[in-house]
Order: sequence, then structure tokens, then C-alpha cells
Amino acid sequence: MSRIEINPELCKACEVCLAFCPKDCIQQSDTLNRYGVYPMQMKEAAECTGCTLCATMCPDTAITVYRTVVEKAQNQEAST
Amino acid sequence: MTQTEKKVFARTEVLTSQQTHYCPGCGHGIVHRLVAEALDHFGLREKTVCVAPVGCSVLAYKYLAIDMSEAAHGRAPAVATGVKRARPDLFVFTYQGDGDLAAIGTAEIVHAANRGENISVVFVNNAVYGMTGGQMAPTTMLGQKTTTSPAGRNLQSEGSPIKVAEMLSALDAPSYIARVTVDKPAAVRKAKQAILTAFQRQIDGKGFSLVEVLSPCPTYWRMPAAKAMSAIEDTMVKVFPLGVFKDKEAANGNQTA
Repeated sequence: MSRIEINPELCKACEVCLAFCPKDCIQQSDTLNRYGVYPMQMKEAAECTGCTLCATMCPDTAITVYRTVVEKAQNQEAST
Repeated sequence: MTQTEKKVFARTEVLTSQQTHYCPGCGHGIVHRLVAEALDHFGLREKTVCVAPVGCSVLAYKYLAIDMSEAAHGRAPAVATGVKRARPDLFVFTYQGDGDLAAIGTAEIVHAANRGENISVVFVNNAVYGMTGGQMAPTTMLGQKTTTSPAGRNLQSEGSPIKVAEMLSALDAPSYIARVTVDKPAAVRKAKQAILTAFQRQIDGKGFSLVEVLSPCPTYWRMPAAKAMSAIEDTMVKVFPLGVFKDKEAANGNQTA
């Protein structure tokens, strides 16, 4: 499963990422950051596809996206 | 079958690690990222001078890890003209808001564009003065409520909003003038393309280029950030249509980026 990391010190909890996530993977954390904001975080059982829509829209560039990809070359080796 | 994890989206090093002072949901952050990624794309980080405006983005020099100069209110195109003429080898662009470029800086931007200075301008239009408390800007739309037009902008007393992209595209000299927005992921990608095209024009020595970016101001539009994003399409795009208003290379039959 792909995943995102939201830098809690950059996030201002504007919730724009939440509005654009097609899989509803994002929620607000219950830990304050040092600016007194409850930053956004990825849900634990999230079906993230690594589409990068949240990161594209994040006004604070707080999101890093890791996409899980299946290695095709090794897949072919295994099948032959 | 093995699965590997690939980093597909990360912060570029042209952006500093500092949290911005912009309000939550402000479009400036997205535009900063697009500009930073464009500089990264062309490998210009070490030979760029950005001229910062007065307005919300007055502190842009804290967030972009490039050489920056500050200009008096509205005078960024004049300062950029000087920098570019003194050091033509440098990449010079201004980053301006609508209160800066379209109000007090109208003379500078019109004449810099008319001279066809080989500089790029990133113009962020959010239809209010954000820094000083949400007053009416020249780009405020008819009927839009601000702190100095509490009943909405009135055509009889305040006139219509200034359309900078259309106005400057009437001049002969500018090479590329486009209006984009950052309200949706697809729009953000188009905005990045426009900024890349504008920067390419300066690199090729083609002259003046300007990208107007319609950007949300959730604080002074008095709405949540996500709603402000959708309000751009619902209200702003109707007044400020998107598109490329001037493209000299396309007119010459050359391929555009």
C-alpha cells in the first residue's frame, strides 16, 4: 500500500488535502504541533494509492508521497 | 512479485524548511512550490534573482532558497529591469500580488511589459489586499465584500476590476501572457506548465513574460480553505477567464513548451 507523510511542523490543518483525497485517507491528528495546530495525518487503515493529489494541492508543501510499485522485470522472471 | 516503495512527491530543495507565515489554505504556498520546482527544472537555483513585492508575499525570501531583493511597493518590475540589465546572465523574475502589481505598481508593470524587458513576472491575484486586512483591491470583483466595500464593490463608485493579463496582452512587446489558477490538481499542473513556459521565454531571450495566478484568500473571502478553492471556479474564473492571452512564439509558428 502506498503512503503519505505529512510534516506536522509545516501543516496548518487547512484541510485542503482532505477535500481532494479520493480515498478519504486523511484525518486530523490529536497531537498539537509547536504552532498550536492539530496537523493532518494519514489514517492507519488507509487505501492510499499514491496519486499525489493531496501533495499537489497542499499549500504548505508538507506532504511527501511514497507509491508502492510492483517490479515488472522481476515479475516476468518469476513467471518464466 | 516484489513491491518497492518509490518517493513520487517530495519537497524541492529550492524551498526552505521553514513554515510559511501564510494563512492556512493560502494559494501563495502552492505558487511558491511551482516557482521553486520550475527553477529546479531549469537548474537555475544558483543564478537567479527574485524581486519580492510588498504584500503578503513580502517575506518570500524566507521561503525560497535563492537570491532575493526587496522592492519598494509596486516597483519590483523596475528593480528587476535594473538587475537584468546589469547582469544579463542572471535569471530575474518578480513575484507580485494584485495589490502590489495592479494598484500602486501599475505604471512599472505596464512600462516594463511595453519595453519588453527580458524578465518574468509571477502575478498572484486573490482579489483583495491580504496583508493589510482585506481591503478592496483593483482586482476585487463587483459585489465582492471587503473591509472597505462592506456592501460589495459598486460599479458606479469603484468601477470594474482591472484585468491585468488582458490589459498587458494588448501591448506589442510581451512574449507570453497567461492566466491560470490553482484551485484543482489539474489546474495546478497547468499553472506549472505556464510558469515553465514563461521562464523558458526569458532563458531564450524572447522578452517579457507574465503568468497571472488566480489564488484563494480564505481569510478575507471569509470561508474555509476548501470552499475558497471551489469559489475560484464559481466566481473568479467568470470574471477573470483562464487561458493564454499572448503567445508570440505561437504567432510566429514556433512550437511552444
